Amino acid sequence: MTPGDLGAFALTALARHRLRTSLSLVGVAIGVAAVVALTALGEGARRYVTGQFSTLGSSFLVILPGKNETTGTFPGMGGVPNDLTLDDAKALRRGIPKVNLVAPVSMGNETIAHRERRRQAIVLGSTREFLEIRQLTVATGRTLPTGDLERSSQVVVLGATVADELFGSEPAVGRAVRVGDWRMRVIGVLEGRGEQVGFDMDDLVIVPVATAMQIFNRTSLFRVVIGVGAHRDVDAACSRAVAILTERHGEEDVTCITQESVVSSLSSILTALTLALGGIAAVSLAVAGIGIMNLMLVSVSERTREVGLLKAIGAGNGQILAVFLAEAILITSMGGLLGLTLGWASIRILVLVYPAFPASTPPWAVAAALGISVCLGALFGVLPAHRATRLDPVAALAGR
Amino acid sequence: MIELEGVYRTYAMGGQLLHALNDVSESIEAGDYVAVVGPSGSGKSTLLNVLGCLDRPSRGVYRLNGEDVGSLSEEDLSSIRRHKIGFVFQSFQLISRLDAAENVAFPMIFAGVPRAERRERVAAALGTVGLGERARHRPAELSGGEQQRVAIARATVMRPQMLLADEPTGNLDSSAGRHVMDVLEGMNADGLTLIVVTHDLAMAARANRALLMEDGRIVRRAGRGELREGPTIAAPPEPAS
Repeated sequence: MTPGDLGAFALTALARHRLRTSLSLVGVAIGVAAVVALTALGEGARRYVTGQFSTLGSSFLVILPGKNETTGTFPGMGGVPNDLTLDDAKALRRGIPKVNLVAPVSMGNETIAHRERRRQAIVLGSTREFLEIRQLTVATGRTLPTGDLERSSQVVVLGATVADELFGSEPAVGRAVRVGDWRMRVIGVLEGRGEQVGFDMDDLVIVPVATAMQIFNRTSLFRVVIGVGAHRDVDAACSRAVAILTERHGEEDVTCITQESVVSSLSSILTALTLALGGIAAVSLAVAGIGIMNLMLVSVSERTREVGLLKAIGAGNGQILAVFLAEAILITSMGGLLGLTLGWASIRILVLVYPAFPASTPPWAVAAALGISVCLGALFGVLPAHRATRLDPVAALAGR
Repeated sequence: MIELEGVYRTYAMGGQLLHALNDVSESIEAGDYVAVVGPSGSGKSTLLNVLGCLDRPSRGVYRLNGEDVGSLSEEDLSSIRRHKIGFVFQSFQLISRLDAAENVAFPMIFAGVPRAERRERVAAALGTVGLGERARHRPAELSGGEQQRVAIARATVMRPQMLLADEPTGNLDSSAGRHVMDVLEGMNADGLTLIVVTHDLAMAARANRALLMEDGRIVRRAGRGELREGPTIAAPPEPAS
């Protein structure tokens, strides 16, 4: 019995009961469509987040004060035995040969005002290296001045949105603004950049790090961002930075985060989320499988005489098993293809409505959906098919 | 060559043993034409099922061409049914969703006969039973006699050594019944062993010999012409499928 004969025979059997075959097929299609659509959403979320991080550039690392073992919580979330200071930043600048960009960061929220216009903004104190590391460019005016890290100066670089809201169409460069109680001069306006990892770069106000520490009355840094010449040197730079600060602080109490490790962690979490979503959708596939089993049990019961005839003409048990399994697999395979089409179409519609969301079904999910469809037919079809082979030929011919 | 020696087929029913076949011994030569007659419940169909390897004797020996069928595996029995035995049933047992040609081709699909050869053999088999023009008709579009002739074509398309017919005319009117028997006897004349179970003494009288059964036993053996043609042995007809 060739596969073609088997398929043709199965089709004639299924075609005889179009409605119930179609309903079972739709059940499988819904399950497969759910798997395809939900994994596409999960994969889209993963790609969206990793895409956001990739816009930061890959050759930098971040030093946070504290670590799990010394703060008792996540780094940066609680008190630390030793603060990060501007002297630490200077030591890092001196101590790592391949590091050419060290940007100490101090940050806080403050009111920024120009005449009667005022608003709240995130004030970020750093150096011109920060703008280079984060690939921020100045649209008009100039960037932060070079010089001693500890030297404060009353200059500010505005994010595009802040400049627009304070000055409208008027030029901002050279004008005076108030940051809290501090009067400062605008020396530059950043080029519009939009959000990076959920942080609106156009909503920033950037001042020299020493100035920010004065505004917020702080002696310690929020973090230190280090730009490394080549991506391959990131890990070595990270180890070296930790070693330098350990030596200075007398204990290892800083955490070094690379973009790669963050992306990797997030990617792992979102991949797990994708798998979980796929798993939830697979429950509907299992329900569809039970429907297939029910359909095939009814089919075997209705076709008892046919099974008897199959035995009378000398069909082996393997062939009878194949006949009924082929029918189950045919339904689930067709349902799988239909579900794949439905899932793909629903994702295309979603992408049309939300073009920024990069939802797409991962190839493994497509292969898995089709593979699972076939296996579903085999798994849930085997019991009814086996039952057919167990029928006594004489009784089956009599319809018993 | 069929040989039965002390064959029993016993069923347990309600805590009692029922001998559907009770010490049956018989020999049937290749090419013979044998009728099995008897009242309902006499064991005719059970005998046919054992001869057709659909059922196994509970006791005794059944040899087919010298081979002890009782010692064979299920797969071996399937192979014997596939290649050596054809069945014709009272209720035709045609598959309603397949047309006449597809029904006839059915055994060849499971025997692995190539598609081109199948077409030729189907055409020949349907031609033999006089239904060459009805190949694309489904069973519901055929008369009872035509359906039975399709079933005969199906039973013989694998060129078996013997044809077992269980009440082949039971659901047919006398004219259609005669036509069907003419077809079967024509095949017997060509060398096919023909064993027919029937209630109809007139039909049994057409065979080379008849075996009369009662209570699972062969109670009388009659040669051609020894059976007096008369009314059928009363039995409720099996409903058509």
